[in-house]
Amino acid sequence: MSTQTSIQTSDKPLGRDELAELVARDIAPGSFVNLGIGQPTLVSNYLKPEQNITLHTENGMLGMGPAATGDQIDGDLINAGKIPVTELPGASYFHHADSFAIMRGGHLDICVLGAFQVSATGDLANWHTGAPDAIPAVGGAMDLATGAKDVFVMMTLLTREGASKIVESCTYPLTGVGCVTRVYTDKAVFLTGPDGVTVRETFGITFEELQALVPVPLKASA
Amino acid sequence: MLTFVDTVNEAVAGIKDGSTVMIGGFGNAGQPFELIDALMDCGAKDLTVVNNNAGQGDQGLALLIKEGRVKKMICSFPRQSDSWHFDAKYKAGEIELELVPQGNLAERIRAAGAGIGGFFTPTGYGTMLAEGKETRTIDGRGQVFETPIHADVALIKALKADGVGNLVYRKTARNFGPIMAAAAKHTVVQVSEIVPTGGLDPENVVTPGIYVNSIVKVA
Repeated sequence: MSTQTSIQTSDKPLGRDELAELVARDIAPGSFVNLGIGQPTLVSNYLKPEQNITLHTENGMLGMGPAATGDQIDGDLINAGKIPVTELPGASYFHHADSFAIMRGGHLDICVLGAFQVSATGDLANWHTGAPDAIPAVGGAMDLATGAKDVFVMMTLLTREGASKIVESCTYPLTGVGCVTRVYTDKAVFLTGPDGVTVRETFGITFEELQALVPVPLKASA
Repeated sequence: MLTFVDTVNEAVAGIKDGSTVMIGGFGNAGQPFELIDALMDCGAKDLTVVNNNAGQGDQGLALLIKEGRVKKMICSFPRQSDSWHFDAKYKAGEIELELVPQGNLAERIRAAGAGIGGFFTPTGYGTMLAEGKETRTIDGRGQVFETPIHADVALIKALKADGVGNLVYRKTARNFGPIMAAAAKHTVVQVSEIVPTGGLDPENVVTPGIYVNSIVKVA
């Protein structure tokens, strides 16, 4: 029925869990990874033991395990979202300056973050709406955005009002400049960088339909 | 000089009005609740408080803010679902906020303890949190100059101390403890256990006792 282009890999948009599963599959074996609060946390549910991924949490730990339940809950062992977690064999603890040196020093392979907007050149806006009555809170977002070797964003492509969150230039206050390398959305995966935006694959939408939704020039991946 | 005191009230007795006080903890992990309660009781006001957050619920730092004892917060993440006391003071214009990206906060604290006069970092470059700050391009990246954060007093929580003030922490409750201990002129530590000197493996000491001034055991 539909005129599928070669990069359409699903006949439906992806749900949050399907998207998390896709991100998990794209993480190279042996990577050190930081998953942001919210939707990115879902990615950990789909990492396979044989991928041998080490999770970092900004509050001072490598080798973070799944969320703690029942007797495992320990107030001294929490993640960046202040949720009780567990430790895996080989885990390590360190103070906050070391934890952020791990980020800033470029030792993390990938961080996965949520976003309000991503620009055509990979600028990220994810910490502040800029509303005059909003209390600003940044946490570790700017450090992660500038520190990790690759910054993956997970978000819906459109706002509730139907506007594209991939934009020519961000209207919300920036978190980092030119830092995003990939954007995973319900409708497509985008690769961002100095050369513009390339669409790797689409879900339930053709490349041409996608281009009609996104106000920046898109290239289809070869 | 290191002293062991019997009560949290003695431990914070020297804190004066107008002091800059670092308080350890990330969320509730590592937060020295008993020392914060004692700071409440001692009456010190016009405080500048350095903490990752700006208090949660109706306890600890949140109460200090509610009572109007904090004139300025230096933190990375003040807004939480239960930070209503900070929210109210901020919206009423009754508390000053210096918002700092979390890694810059940690490194500025570390710099103070290490005697560093400042540093350039890519974090925050090109954002509103770098407005008005000196910038340079270093190694091809835009970087922002950040200055150290010193404090008069640090209030932190550790798991164990020995007789010379060496400290070990527990899991992610370590967080800001070691760097705040080094950055403050006077560091007060609440611990769960005091062991005899020699009772901690020197290879595993996280904060050497040279950074510690006052220790109190809290049950």
